[in-house]
Amino acid sequence: MAKHAWKEKAIRLLLRVSASTSILIVILIFVFLGKEATPFVVEPGIDELCSTRWMPVSFQKESFGIVPLVTGSLLVTGLATLISVPFGVCAAVYIAEVAAPWEREILKPVIELLAGIPSVVIGFFGLLVLAPLVKLLFGLPSGLTALTGALLLALMAVPTVISISEDAIRSVPESYKSASLALGASKLQTVWKVTVPAALSGIIAAVMLGMGRVIGETMAVMMVTGNAAIITASPLESVRTMTATIAAEMGEVPFGSDHYRALFCVGITLLLATFTINMVAQGVLKKHRIG
Amino acid sequence: MKSVIATATAVLVLWMGTSCSRQPGENRQQDKSGKHLVTVKGSDTMVHLASSWAEAFMDACSGNEVAVTGGGSGTGIAALLNGTTEICAASRKMKQKEKDQAAQRGIQPVEFVVARDGIAVVVNPDNPVKTLTLEQLRKIYTGAYSNWNQLSGPDEPIIVLSRESNSGTYVFFQEHVLQKQDFRQDARLMPATSTIIQSVSSDKWSIGYVGLGYALKAAGKVKLLGVKSDDQAPAVMPSQETVATGRYSIARPLYLYTPGEPKESVKDFIDFCLGPEGQKIVSQNGYVPLRQSAVQ
Repeated sequence: MAKHAWKEKAIRLLLRVSASTSILIVILIFVFLGKEATPFVVEPGIDELCSTRWMPVSFQKESFGIVPLVTGSLLVTGLATLISVPFGVCAAVYIAEVAAPWEREILKPVIELLAGIPSVVIGFFGLLVLAPLVKLLFGLPSGLTALTGALLLALMAVPTVISISEDAIRSVPESYKSASLALGASKLQTVWKVTVPAALSGIIAAVMLGMGRVIGETMAVMMVTGNAAIITASPLESVRTMTATIAAEMGEVPFGSDHYRALFCVGITLLLATFTINMVAQGVLKKHRIG
Repeated sequence: MKSVIATATAVLVLWMGTSCSRQPGENRQQDKSGKHLVTVKGSDTMVHLASSWAEAFMDACSGNEVAVTGGGSGTGIAALLNGTTEICAASRKMKQKEKDQAAQRGIQPVEFVVARDGIAVVVNPDNPVKTLTLEQLRKIYTGAYSNWNQLSGPDEPIIVLSRESNSGTYVFFQEHVLQKQDFRQDARLMPATSTIIQSVSSDKWSIGYVGLGYALKAAGKVKLLGVKSDDQAPAVMPSQETVATGRYSIARPLYLYTPGEPKESVKDFIDFCLGPEGQKIVSQNGYVPLRQSAVQ
């Protein structure tokens, strides 16, 4: 009996350790990013980070203003969200409410397959197919624009948005729909006026999680956005995102230099952004489960 | 039994000796326990090249070990003067000041040109512009020119493509063509040479620069521009030959330096780099070998 209790205890401990490992890792990541980045805040100062010029390799004067990188990331992420949300939600509604069971059997796995395509492959597709298409459609001199990046990212966010929204829509109690239909509403009216609003918090969480994926995505954006560090609100111009900057420059940067530390500052900014988005999404999702 | 081992060792040593050296009779590192470590330090641009040389050299002569580190040409030369490296790799010539320092310490550095490096400027095949002067290139890349009509081309915006700032090519181009000025802010920075070629071949009004080896392979998809060193000079097309002879402007020799005449394994290594196998590796790494026979 005593042996049994001891075994129980050991297993419980083991499970607790594995559950808390990920928390520990997150804390460690924050600590080490902070450790590498703080000297920059002391020496060139926070003013340097807030300037509007990113020119880390220069014979004249090196500049580490992350503003163009932040606006670049915001523009691409915002556009990608605008594109993926209507598309993803409509697809989710179709799969959950309209599609015949055999259609669902085909659609779901194929959409999940889309989530599994490596981002480099999507990037290549973007460079060879999407960029020339965007160039042609808008009559631009070059297809390497924020819009091209946003379209690719939308493609990558859509599977997340669809599968979580679909779960939310399907978990709306059958009685809501029956009541609506009994009151004489058509099927379409029921879907848009009753089911979707009832699942709204789940859908919002799905969108937030999709955004989290989009803002952290690196390879595909790096290949198609042109990576020019300029501040612009036009989707048809080239932008440089935070992720692409880190990926492109970290490899060759001298250890411990200002440039090295500036890249860690970019990393912290990015981490804070994804962290906030995920927290909000979790909060919304929790509310949805209670309701 | 002992004699068998002794014979086997002797054969092995002899075989190692012949594979490394052109003078098999010469007495060299036969002490197997005392493996000699050759250190190469310097230019980041040359790190890949030097590592490829080192690997092939160690395969060919298992008695030697070569360690390659980067840090930049300046760092390498400083290490050479301080006696902390036996070979310095440099993508520029030693400055007079550095030579003076060497003389003060009683070192007479010996210079070897081991390869050449050239950068080709590429545009879309449909672009009517065929040649540019260095001055015009500088103005395009620093932002003074933004339209092809400023370069006797049609009225179309110039899409400026560059490599990412981590690339040695970026710094070389900035130093030699831009004369150390900054690149324009709206230049599109591409993560790889292949993406520059891809964009130039699909975007009609773009301009980019890539390493010569790569440009020559992509010659059908993009157009290589002739470069004039100034208004009066004739336009020179980039090629293995014009880079090798020094007629093409955007090119530089790559050097190895040793403190005094190289001996033993250091000499073996430099001979290997300059030999046919070493020069073949130069070509494989996208640089220009010293002799045309090594061109693939």
